[in-house]
Amino acid sequence: MKTLIATLLISLAPIFALPNMAWASSGAHLEEVEINLNNKASLQRGAKLFVNYCLNCHAASYMRYSRMAKDIGLSDAQVTENMIFPADFSKDKNGKPKKAGQLMTVAMSDADGKAYFGTPVPDLSVVARSRGADWIYTYLKSFYIDESRPFGVNNTTFPAVGMPHVLWELEGLKKAVKTKHTDEHGHVTETIKFETVVAGSMNAAEYDGAVTDLVNFLEYMGEPAKLVRYTMGVYVLGFLFLLFIVSYAMKKEFWKDVH
Amino acid sequence: MTTKAQAFMGWVDARFPMTKMWEDHMAKYYAPKNFNFWYFFGSLALLILVIQIVTGIFLTMNYKPDASLAFASVEYIMRDVNFGWLIRYMHSTGASAFFVVVYLHMYRGLMYGSFKQPRELIWLFGMLIYLALMAEAFMGYLLPWGQMSYWGAQVIVNLFAAVPWVGESLSVWIRGDYVVSDATLNRFFAFHVIAVPFILAGLVVAHIIALHEVGSNNPDGVEIKKTKGADGIPLDGIPFHPYYSVKDIVGVVVFLMFFAAVLFFAPELGGWFLEKDNFIPANPLKTPAHIVPLWYFTPFYAILRAIPPIWESQFPGVIAMGMAIVFLFFLPWLDRHPVKSMRYREPIFKVNMFIFIVSFIVLGYLGTQPSTGILSELAFRFTELYFAFFIFLWIYSAQRSAKYYITSLVVLVGTVVLLDILRGGDAEKVAMMFKTGLIPVVCFAILLVIPVMFKSSTQTKAVPERVTG
Repeated sequence: MKTLIATLLISLAPIFALPNMAWASSGAHLEEVEINLNNKASLQRGAKLFVNYCLNCHAASYMRYSRMAKDIGLSDAQVTENMIFPADFSKDKNGKPKKAGQLMTVAMSDADGKAYFGTPVPDLSVVARSRGADWIYTYLKSFYIDESRPFGVNNTTFPAVGMPHVLWELEGLKKAVKTKHTDEHGHVTETIKFETVVAGSMNAAEYDGAVTDLVNFLEYMGEPAKLVRYTMGVYVLGFLFLLFIVSYAMKKEFWKDVH
Repeated sequence: MTTKAQAFMGWVDARFPMTKMWEDHMAKYYAPKNFNFWYFFGSLALLILVIQIVTGIFLTMNYKPDASLAFASVEYIMRDVNFGWLIRYMHSTGASAFFVVVYLHMYRGLMYGSFKQPRELIWLFGMLIYLALMAEAFMGYLLPWGQMSYWGAQVIVNLFAAVPWVGESLSVWIRGDYVVSDATLNRFFAFHVIAVPFILAGLVVAHIIALHEVGSNNPDGVEIKKTKGADGIPLDGIPFHPYYSVKDIVGVVVFLMFFAAVLFFAPELGGWFLEKDNFIPANPLKTPAHIVPLWYFTPFYAILRAIPPIWESQFPGVIAMGMAIVFLFFLPWLDRHPVKSMRYREPIFKVNMFIFIVSFIVLGYLGTQPSTGILSELAFRFTELYFAFFIFLWIYSAQRSAKYYITSLVVLVGTVVLLDILRGGDAEKVAMMFKTGLIPVVCFAILLVIPVMFKSSTQTKAVPERVTG
């Protein structure tokens, strides 16, 4: 009996080791990013990048400015003054300026997106949950010059992507240098190296940091509950542990007379 | 004080059998005293049913069953509803936990022969609960209206289109449209929150009434009602309350620890409980590269895909998938061996059980993978093993002659070969068939040659009169 349970558990083990295999379809190697949701400053810097660079074409229409403000340690006033831009497109449908309690929508419609970029611009509220932090991090770092593309850039993580390199002023522009290797078995592997052509306002390390902040913010926005659920989980498990001791003692006491 | 309370209960009892029900089902329901670890899962299933209903009620307060609002309303629950994320994760984790617990509960029944006479109806009600649960989970999964919700539903509803002649009309009738759409979402919502829970609750009551009528089985498979004391109470029985109520509380707390660990620290469980692609809103124009159902359906999904189409119809696969569940219904009439518990069954029976469990888990894994090449071939092999389990239950139901075992082996291996010839394929496929064909053939050989060579492998142990431990 015990051996059967043990064998069952052992045969189950590899299943837990192989979860996301089915989704690892987009082949390219991803760089790992280390993010920290407890780093409020990083979240604030990420939010700044997000509203300045992304939130013009991309919406985050499940997220409210006020919720973001509260979670990353800003006041509603700070957000309305600095993060909702007083241009025409940030007015609500009645033509009034947006308030902090409103959703992070944009004026660009799906039809506009299709006309400008060839595809509707996806909403980014939960993009970190569908793509994963590593993918976004790698994606934002793998734009390179490709004159054949409408915006002059292509991307190794998302080939033929419709999006221009929005952060080019920060990163600069790179070209991709492809080298082919043939190993002794005749397998041809292609490695791509980037070389900076136009320098941006940031050096490589600064740009990595900025993208990390942005990914950190997107990760938070994908699931704001992440900021609280870990701590809450510790308390709940602690309570259940105490309850276990009490309930187990109660069971022992009642079962004394069962022989 | 006591007299007042007693007087009140007297007043109630004269009008409603309150005390009688309490005694029949709790205080004077005598359960065997030797329940082990595996006996926690019945009460846990009931607990999860309550969790699902309560969290479900709160979710419906904010969820919008409308194709253009559904996805956003779930994210609204995740962000703007107070503790909405907690309620939603309880519900999504609860769905998977329900299947974990129910599979373990069914496995318990399999090990200790709990489905056998006189408990056939308990098993049948249980199987109906399992069916209703699958319908409930499937329709509930459409509601978040993500890509996997949408395409999963599309694939499953299309299965009905494989039915000859009426298939197309049938699938349109189920969807209420030519594709999965707002109409489908609305009706699935109605089924998910009203119809199926109602049926589930009724079946659970029937399951428990049937159980309490005949009394519980136990790990020894001994009928405790056969040895009663002078007072008419089974000597090996103890009142469910307080003994098992306090014991089940411990089980509940331990279960909740696992539940909370997933809920707070890994609600997606690496894609097993919440799929990544389901965070992309449903898009009828964009089919995902891999459509993967949630883990609790994957063994059956693997069987479905393993069966090759005949005359370009997927119907055989659909039939096989259906039969994989129908066979379970007939368990009480397939396994006719008088010894209930695996503890006293012959060693070769345990080998059969082991192969079945491994096949089920392997099929579950293959169901998550693309159905190509060797993986698809393996799925076919483990499908053969899955169905063979039921045949072996029948074979092991009685002492058989050497001739019987050898004939069975020839018939079974012949069937495998025949199926391979019918399937056919190019040289590469045939080479793969030869290699993977060893899996069922070796298993069948073990299960049928060992009984001939070693008589002890078919010897049952003596079943004690009274429960042990």
